[in-house]
Amino acid sequence: MYTLPSKLRLFSIILVVLGLIGIVYGFLTVPKNTDEVRQILSEQEAHHGVASHNADDTANFVDRARGEKGYSEAAMEHATDLRPEGHGVSSHEEHVLHQMQTRPWSATLVAAFFFMMIALGALVFYAIQFASQSGWSPVLYRVMEGITAYLLPGSIIVVLILVFAGTHFFPWQNDELVAGDKILQGKAGYLNFPFFVIRAVIYLLGWNLYRHFSRKYSLEQAVATDYTPYRKNFKISVFFLIFFILTEATMAMDWFMSMTPHWYSTMFPWYVFASLFVSGITAIALVTIHLKACGFIPFVSDKHLHDLAKYIFAFSIFWTYLWFSQFMLIWYANIPEEVTYFVIRIQEYRLLFFGMLVLNFVFPILMLMNSDFKRIPWLVVITGIIVLIGHYIDVYLLVMPSTVGHHYHFGIPEIGAVFFFLGLFILVVGASLGKTSLKPENDPFIRESENYHF
Amino acid sequence: MSSHYEAPIREPLVLGEKSYHDISVDIAAPVLGKANKSWWIVFTIALIAFLWGLGCIIYTVSTGIGVWGLNKTIGWAWDITNFVWWVGIGHAGTLISAVLLLFRQKWRMAVNRSAEAMTIFAVVQAGLFPIIHMGRPWLAYWVLPLPNQFGSLWVNFNSPLLWDVFAISTYLSISLVFWWTGLLPDFAMIRDRTKSPFQKKIYGILSFGWSGRVKDWQRFEEVSLVLAGLATPLVLSVHTIVSFDFATSVVPGWHSTIYPPYFVAGAIFSGFAMVQTLLIIMRKVSHLEDYITVLHIEYMNKVIILTGGIVAVAYLIEYFIGWYSGVPYENYTYLSFGAATGPYWWAFWALIICNMVVPLSLWVKSLRRNIRWTFFVALIINIGMWFERFDIIVVDLSKDRLTSSWAMFQPTFVDIGTFMGTIGFFFVLFLLYARTFPVIAQAEVKTILKTSGAGFKRLRAEHGDN
Repeated sequence: MYTLPSKLRLFSIILVVLGLIGIVYGFLTVPKNTDEVRQILSEQEAHHGVASHNADDTANFVDRARGEKGYSEAAMEHATDLRPEGHGVSSHEEHVLHQMQTRPWSATLVAAFFFMMIALGALVFYAIQFASQSGWSPVLYRVMEGITAYLLPGSIIVVLILVFAGTHFFPWQNDELVAGDKILQGKAGYLNFPFFVIRAVIYLLGWNLYRHFSRKYSLEQAVATDYTPYRKNFKISVFFLIFFILTEATMAMDWFMSMTPHWYSTMFPWYVFASLFVSGITAIALVTIHLKACGFIPFVSDKHLHDLAKYIFAFSIFWTYLWFSQFMLIWYANIPEEVTYFVIRIQEYRLLFFGMLVLNFVFPILMLMNSDFKRIPWLVVITGIIVLIGHYIDVYLLVMPSTVGHHYHFGIPEIGAVFFFLGLFILVVGASLGKTSLKPENDPFIRESENYHF
Repeated sequence: MSSHYEAPIREPLVLGEKSYHDISVDIAAPVLGKANKSWWIVFTIALIAFLWGLGCIIYTVSTGIGVWGLNKTIGWAWDITNFVWWVGIGHAGTLISAVLLLFRQKWRMAVNRSAEAMTIFAVVQAGLFPIIHMGRPWLAYWVLPLPNQFGSLWVNFNSPLLWDVFAISTYLSISLVFWWTGLLPDFAMIRDRTKSPFQKKIYGILSFGWSGRVKDWQRFEEVSLVLAGLATPLVLSVHTIVSFDFATSVVPGWHSTIYPPYFVAGAIFSGFAMVQTLLIIMRKVSHLEDYITVLHIEYMNKVIILTGGIVAVAYLIEYFIGWYSGVPYENYTYLSFGAATGPYWWAFWALIICNMVVPLSLWVKSLRRNIRWTFFVALIINIGMWFERFDIIVVDLSKDRLTSSWAMFQPTFVDIGTFMGTIGFFFVLFLLYARTFPVIAQAEVKTILKTSGAGFKRLRAEHGDN
């Protein structure tokens, strides 16, 4: 029976405490009024000279690419500064104030969603193993179940953040703004607060109920004399996958796409899915390596690791495929309503935006191409961590440009949130892994899985 | 690669008490035997359709594109519809041979050979359309970046139509090589079994002197894996590039970022439907029921359910975002309220019924394992996926941004004749293939006989090694 090593437990508790302090610090230090904003801005200018987004900064990547001066500035104003028509122009400071007040919310959401999506990605992978009657992976079922234990606390926290952040994230929740915006009025049938909450609750219930019952049947199978629990698990996995593909699509649109409510992309939900899925698989690989190193799962061989690494490799490429398709199609057609999304990301977040491609694509493809490398635990660990960092940045880029705009940093609130949720994740997953034997006995494919070699 | 143990819960993939010898005999039989009367009848019909189509093509090229039903608004209709349809059909072959190989699906082995043949023949049909839909097809070689006497006038690499050239030609060559590599041991088997000196000579040439040594097999497997690894991104990228033809444009309904994965899913969906159509007949005619079992048909139906589900989700997203975008032009796209009630309402509902509603019946296990019903659903899907492409192309073009340029499309007999011709050509090739090629990869099936053959599974059950 697994127990979380005491040093790791202590480490995670410290992470949680430090993280909590960081998050609270983030919320306490936001500017309260425009005077403070003015002060902060003048301090920043004194530090850095001219701010990068200043209007007289002509060396602008997007403008140069487009051959049109001032284009990116106008596009970003359009994208990030929605304001009611006919309500006059709110001052620049008010706008900045709002963005600065949003920062701790965004920082917390990015980390909270990142760890939730790992658990959710692992859950989807788990469901696929059942639905496809996979013969290699049953030895890993307990590992996956351990990771998905985080889904319940993780998803509740995410939904709470989303509900309480309100207009910090979702301009369409600002009634005054909607009253002056025809496009938002048109979307109000979908983008309205009660329906938003109802949908979020449906997602929570659906995902967590599947996780609850699949775990239950999986444990029942270990003591069963026939395959009834397994068959039930097969069935609910199939239905979960249908439920998931539908709710994941609306989840991505609700939680992230509607942060810039004028913008839309049909690819978006699938793109978020790719990120979620590859992160989940990577976490499975990392936890497996940890457990193997501690000697708890002798029945898992380097062939299983090989397969997991192949999945990381393949879905990193898949993620890139979706990233590129979405980006290229919008770049190519260059329709003003659509390009704003990428203009702000390329203009203001250039290093992160292109850096994430290196971490999420170039790195895994080079590291995991060789079939021998995929069986070397430390190599998979390094690649896995890089991929996870890359997908953290991916989530960061989903949220930050849409909510805090130019005023993004990576400081105490962001680090605090990562610490807090990482610590929580390790504690929850560790506790869950320790609850039962790590070998799913009596699974119909367990012997195939143990004898598996490739 | 595969273990000698298989969970008893898995159903056998080879029925009957087969031995290695039985497999060779069963698979070589259609090649070594003579064609019967019905083969000749079907072949003649296909040949006539092909020749008729050839006549239509010659007529088009010599007279002008104006003999088609295209107009100034709708410059693409049946030509590109058929092109995308055929390319899509071709994708299932590579999916079966490459993707299912990567996922180590043993059931793939009974169907991969024919699926790959189907790929190649379908891509050949598809490849006709980009040429014949040109106004000046004799200048088609200008799409190639060849050094020339016009001051080395080059092509513009920004056009997805040019990417198509590279995608399709690469796809055809890789598929051909992949297919042929897999055929080497099977050709060698025919070479060694035939009594006719003529056949011996021919299959001797085709099998490249394959002698089946350990080293050869080792390399063979490695090459198959590498090619599968390359063919998988290729199959995704080829139909992605085909989807770029539409998605890179600014036409409402065409410009949608979901197109790349959605087209790929649709391609697999339609391709598997075509595989079902062909194999259900072939297993009967060539007496291969023990190899292409109901289980295989059920598995393929499951792939159809999966990809059909993905396509259905894509439809829903397209429909939803069309509304969500708030762009008035989106109301006349192929998946919009306007399309459902407009002049092309029948095409819209054909798409919904054939692709979303009828395939739902496959969720019922007894229907999914019912061969007649599967055949029917597969035909419906083939029709539905043709309508999907027709809707995307014609419905979206028919009502564009300016109302003054709205138009309708009416195909002429040349449009229809050309399409019929490609179907004829496809069946000419496929029928010839079914008589001269080993239609099941016997070398591969022999590798799973002892784990997944019914006889050996029974022996294991009796001797308690479960």
